[in-house]
Amino acid sequence: MLGFWHQILAGVATGGIYASLALALVMIHQATHHINFAQGEMATFSAYLAYALMVSGVPYWGAFGITVVLSFALGALIERVLLRPLAHAPDLTLIGVFIGLLLILNALCGWIWDFTIKPFPSPFGSRPLLGGLVSSAELGTIAVTFVMLLLIWAFFRFTKLGLAMRAVAHNPESSRLVGIRVGAMLALGWGLAAAVGAVAGMMIAPVVFLDPNMMSGILLYAFAGALLGGLDNPFGAVLGGFLVGVIENVGGAYLVGTELKLSLALAVIAFVLMLKPSGLLGRAVASRV
Amino acid sequence: MVLIAPLGFLGDYQLFRLTLIATYALALLGLNLVMGFGGQISLGHGAFYASGAYTTAILMTSAGVPYWATLPCAGAAGAALGFLVGWPALRLRGHYLALITLALATAIPQALKCKALEPWTGGVQGVIIDKPGAPFGLPLSPDGWLYLLALAITAVAFTLVANLLRGRIGRAIVAVRDHTLAAEAMGVHVARLKTRTFALSAALTALAGSLGALETEFVSPDSFTVFLSITLFVGSVVGGVASIGGAVAGAVFIVMVPPLANSVSRAAPGAVYGVILIACLYLMPSGIAGLLRRAAASSWWRKRKRGGEHVA
Repeated sequence: MLGFWHQILAGVATGGIYASLALALVMIHQATHHINFAQGEMATFSAYLAYALMVSGVPYWGAFGITVVLSFALGALIERVLLRPLAHAPDLTLIGVFIGLLLILNALCGWIWDFTIKPFPSPFGSRPLLGGLVSSAELGTIAVTFVMLLLIWAFFRFTKLGLAMRAVAHNPESSRLVGIRVGAMLALGWGLAAAVGAVAGMMIAPVVFLDPNMMSGILLYAFAGALLGGLDNPFGAVLGGFLVGVIENVGGAYLVGTELKLSLALAVIAFVLMLKPSGLLGRAVASRV
Repeated sequence: MVLIAPLGFLGDYQLFRLTLIATYALALLGLNLVMGFGGQISLGHGAFYASGAYTTAILMTSAGVPYWATLPCAGAAGAALGFLVGWPALRLRGHYLALITLALATAIPQALKCKALEPWTGGVQGVIIDKPGAPFGLPLSPDGWLYLLALAITAVAFTLVANLLRGRIGRAIVAVRDHTLAAEAMGVHVARLKTRTFALSAALTALAGSLGALETEFVSPDSFTVFLSITLFVGSVVGGVASIGGAVAGAVFIVMVPPLANSVSRAAPGAVYGVILIACLYLMPSGIAGLLRRAAASSWWRKRKRGGEHVA
């Protein structure tokens, strides 16, 4: 029984990372109705930035903070330079740009820091806690994710800027009419999504090790989480991320074995699309013809 | 005749590259059918390519089926997988197809490594197959014969798809892309048409995968990572997504560029793909084929064929 509860808690720990990445996806999807296929590679790049800072002697939490700020700037820059000119472009163009971005960031990571797999430090150690039920690294990851999600929630719920951003995601035309700078809000949203992704990247890197392709599987779980919770609902995405983490760990341990974990995520995506495409907490969209 | 001529004077390696171009052209034809004409986006055609390659490899080694008989099976396997993936996603509007196909492409190498399937797939090691020799005592090397075979199959597929697109079904496919609602009002069963188009596209790409497996004599999970799917996507966009000729241009691009870029650094192919892809989307969204068509339309072609119409 202890083993089972351990799997659940380990699932919550990785689920928190999927939840963060799913939240980043949903933040961009809400504002632009596009799925950022480069979200995983952006997080990888951030993790490499943190690695470079730590190698040059910056302590862990210093590197953590600088990376989050740099990632925010980079995300906003990408929106401003690459995506703003394509605001009214067809879907294929935008998805193509996301894929191009994915390729470029992936190649940059390999080019600057080479392709060898590197260990990434965790500030929480790996002591077993509560009689082996959970490790300190898992508990630390859960804590960091919860604090970040709480901060994001508070930002959107209690600040004027957060309200303005929600307004833009909901209805850009009306927002512009009441004097909100829509472009700035979009860049801000990309920045925030990149920063959230950076935290997710730094939290998962000690588990999967640093490598230019480390996020491709993680992004798949984040897709599954975002879809399961509802692509248009941030709470849903977070819930879905945690659920997928638990499904992945418990299913991997008792059901399909570790070799088919990614296929499990694919199955979750297929089932959600077949049974409830709007997700658990999303709204079904009806459009007037 | 021009295309058969290389048999006379090219070495086996050059023939191998030409065969690869023909094979990728077939794979991209499938992708263009879905993305250019169907208006849907697939980021996972590498998975269908893999399904064809593995079908051929497994049937040849585990069941002793002759290579030519595995080709239709590979197409059928691709169509089945395409239907399975397309069916949940294509009933819905939005980017669900791109999402589920990318998920499929990410998941497939891991699934192929699965222990339970190892007796057939060979696990991480993959499967080694024999390159078939020329039949009927033709005076050709195995590479020469495969070139001829790939060329013939690709040419037939191009003709069939071109005819399909000119006909009633083709007009329906394009109508759904351009105005889904109007097409539906005209009596087109949108979800069914999209799913069937996708299955056909997957079948073409799987057939290419089957040819690819015969050429490289080897299949393994690591040959079919998500990067293959992305390569096909880049080839399709750079070649010209809404044209049949674009598939050939894209195939030349993805066969010729990586070796050139690789000589610079290991990271270069990815970076080159990324930069060219984005530049292409900004500067020439109709790809190489569109560029050639415009160049041709503005010069002598116009004077000679005044009034000639274009399908796409």
